[in-house]
Amino acid sequence: MALGFGGCVRFDGVQSALAPVSPEADHVFSLSWIMFWGSVAILVLVMVLGFYAVFGRRRPALDGNKMVIAGGVLLPLLALPPLLVYALALGDGLRAPPPEGALRIEVTGHQWWWEVRYRFPDAGDDFTTANEIHLPVGQAVEVLVTSNDVIHSFWVPRLAGKIDAMPGHANRLTLKAEEAGEFRGQCAEFCGAQHTHMAFVVVAKPQEAFEAWAAGQRKPARQPSSTEARRGLAAFLSQGCVECHTVRGTPASGRIGPDLTHVGSRRTLAAGTLDNNSATLAALIRDYQEFKPGADMPSHKDAFDQPTAESIAAYLEELQ
Amino acid sequence: MTVATHAEHHDGPPSSFFKRWFLSTNHKDIGSLYLLWALLMFFVGGTMAMIIRAELFQPGLQVVDPHFFNQMTTMHALVMIFGAVMPAFTGLANWMIPLQVGAPDMALPRLNNFSFWLLPAGSLILLSTMFMPGGAPASGWTMYPPLVLQTGMAFPFMVFAVHILGISSILGAINIIATVLNMRAPGMTLMKMPLFVWTWLITAFLLIATLPVLSGAVTMLLTDQFFGTTFFYAGGGGDPVMYQHIFWFFGHPEVYILILPAFGIVSTIIPTFSRKPLFGYSSMVYATASIAFLSFIVWAHHMFTVGMPLSGELFFMYATMLISVPTGVKVFNWVATMWKGSLTFETPMLFALAFVVLFTIGGFSGLMLAIAPADFQYHDTYFVVAHFHYVLVTGAVFSIMAAVYYWLPKWTGHMYNERLAKLHFWLSVISVNVLFFPQHFLGLAGMPRRIPDYSLQFAEWNMISSIGGFVYGASQLLFLAGVIICIRGGKKAPSKAWDGAKGLEWEVPSPAPFHTFDTPPLVK
Repeated sequence: MALGFGGCVRFDGVQSALAPVSPEADHVFSLSWIMFWGSVAILVLVMVLGFYAVFGRRRPALDGNKMVIAGGVLLPLLALPPLLVYALALGDGLRAPPPEGALRIEVTGHQWWWEVRYRFPDAGDDFTTANEIHLPVGQAVEVLVTSNDVIHSFWVPRLAGKIDAMPGHANRLTLKAEEAGEFRGQCAEFCGAQHTHMAFVVVAKPQEAFEAWAAGQRKPARQPSSTEARRGLAAFLSQGCVECHTVRGTPASGRIGPDLTHVGSRRTLAAGTLDNNSATLAALIRDYQEFKPGADMPSHKDAFDQPTAESIAAYLEELQ
Repeated sequence: MTVATHAEHHDGPPSSFFKRWFLSTNHKDIGSLYLLWALLMFFVGGTMAMIIRAELFQPGLQVVDPHFFNQMTTMHALVMIFGAVMPAFTGLANWMIPLQVGAPDMALPRLNNFSFWLLPAGSLILLSTMFMPGGAPASGWTMYPPLVLQTGMAFPFMVFAVHILGISSILGAINIIATVLNMRAPGMTLMKMPLFVWTWLITAFLLIATLPVLSGAVTMLLTDQFFGTTFFYAGGGGDPVMYQHIFWFFGHPEVYILILPAFGIVSTIIPTFSRKPLFGYSSMVYATASIAFLSFIVWAHHMFTVGMPLSGELFFMYATMLISVPTGVKVFNWVATMWKGSLTFETPMLFALAFVVLFTIGGFSGLMLAIAPADFQYHDTYFVVAHFHYVLVTGAVFSIMAAVYYWLPKWTGHMYNERLAKLHFWLSVISVNVLFFPQHFLGLAGMPRRIPDYSLQFAEWNMISSIGGFVYGASQLLFLAGVIICIRGGKKAPSKAWDGAKGLEWEVPSPAPFHTFDTPPLVK
């Protein structure tokens, strides 16, 4: 896109609607600049007219209402219908149903994280993850969005406009990434104290890489390999973590918090907020409230000590 | 027209402070009370804005915790809308409508006292929630369920405050309609009324039509919370989307409640300082009425992302676009008024001209937001924040400042300090653009609203915006100083403070005596 401010606006942002990577986002991007420059042109026109009205030399006397009718009535009535028609055509494409047999991803907003369930034609292939969505490049996928508590809004600016996650509704969005990469998404409907920390990552990758990733996610959790990790698993099972979290292949099957079966493979922790590494993981396990006050996950400062938190972190980190 | 001032035959204001200010039934004193309360709330809400901008100065959390930040965004909006802008317009209406239509007072003076005193009561209940367990409401001013139902102890107080402030505004609106329709001087037909009176008359009808809807919506929230109803609870057969429909049926006309009187003010000031009558008076009246009508049929453009089918959104897109026609008529009428005028640029005129330019920018961003497919990207981002601050700060607030400078000589009998006022104007108009224009970029680039912490890519423009915010906030202290200095003294103002001014208010002395137009003037 040659249009734009040049250096004024950063086009390289991981979360920018001004760096579209899908046809849908690209259309809206073009429309934005058309409207922007159209607005600037009309504004400048009106201002020049205003200056002329005040300071111009040899202004002719106003001829009745002609200027007001031309500028106030005719100009909008002529300029806006094409915009409306264009927007309609564009909107039709944006809300078009995905092709038959498209991959379906069910996203459920929670305060304050995203549950992501992959639905395949064969139900045995389904799996659940959190705060991270992987897509095959160049393929349209169907995203069904709903909420478990308050209203959230699912938004990946580089891929598409947003759609609200509404309790009691399943809203549909079609996503199609034209190039591989990682794109940041964020909750766009105000949802409480940690609304600001309710992000997620979309990873678009080639078909084979996507299949390999999906196959890895389908597997149950691996057995801990080190002594520390084995201690961590024992603590994980005995300290109440299982009430809220699922780790497939272990007795942990809670449904309140994110599925942790492959948490070690994810890029971020705490819903797109922090980088995923063992130190951060241990700190979050020990005192989640320090990082996200108000979240459902309690502080465990009084429940267990730092070494226990570190061993749980070591176990979770192995869950690639 | 005859000059009808017989104040010397009448009692002046009561000598007791309590009687004069607490029991007042005088439209001028009540108007002053409204304006002073609005000024106070403007600084309270402004302080909240400064806290918001301080937190957003850098990414990460530095100044406040997220929950307090959310209280600030919520309360800033509620205080500015219901505590500052609406009362300021009501104050201007109280002062000026009787003077402009040649009436001795408002039609219902005791009701006037009651509607004013409900305002501090409601505002203080709202502000008191900040000291309650769980803090002030932090759900956003739109109070969307289910989130709003997570509010702590503040919840019922917030609902109560909305009820009280709503009653205050409805009673004020009834009073204005009664005054305008019954108390005009002989000869002043409806189509001879000053445009400020016209815009307020239409605004008053909007208030009466929509505030009960808001009261109904928050009452349903109240019963959902405490009495087990499920109006907005999906699990009980209700729907959170329904709240949004009801809320915005109020909310969109509310936007015009905040801007129509501003149109009236600008249509008063531009002719004065152009020394020409307003161009296209009757088209201005019809345009105002059309905007008011359209405001009732565009509400769902605030909800394009809830998952409506495009065919449903089409109607709201189309109706929203139509608003640009009457608005365009207004802008071109103002330009035509200045055409070949003999212009001078005193502070009220500067604010009015800034209004025309900057409000137009807000109009264009509004048009961009009206396009549903584009709105899927813009909705709930800083682009929206930029849009409505252009409309409400450089629109409504600038018009109020223009009106204050314009009528201060009439209220106080003194001219304000023109140099101080010009300094206030230039600092404000520059800083307000540094504050809000970059927010367009932030929104287009993907920054959601109502977040205290943001992705690094948004850092530069947020810092610039915050700097603009601090300068704008500090500049408003000049406004306060200018008003105080003008009340205390200054060059004596003649009864007609501006040589191009027209209208009955300029036929009474400055300051306007306690009682005016005991004998109605005759309007030819």
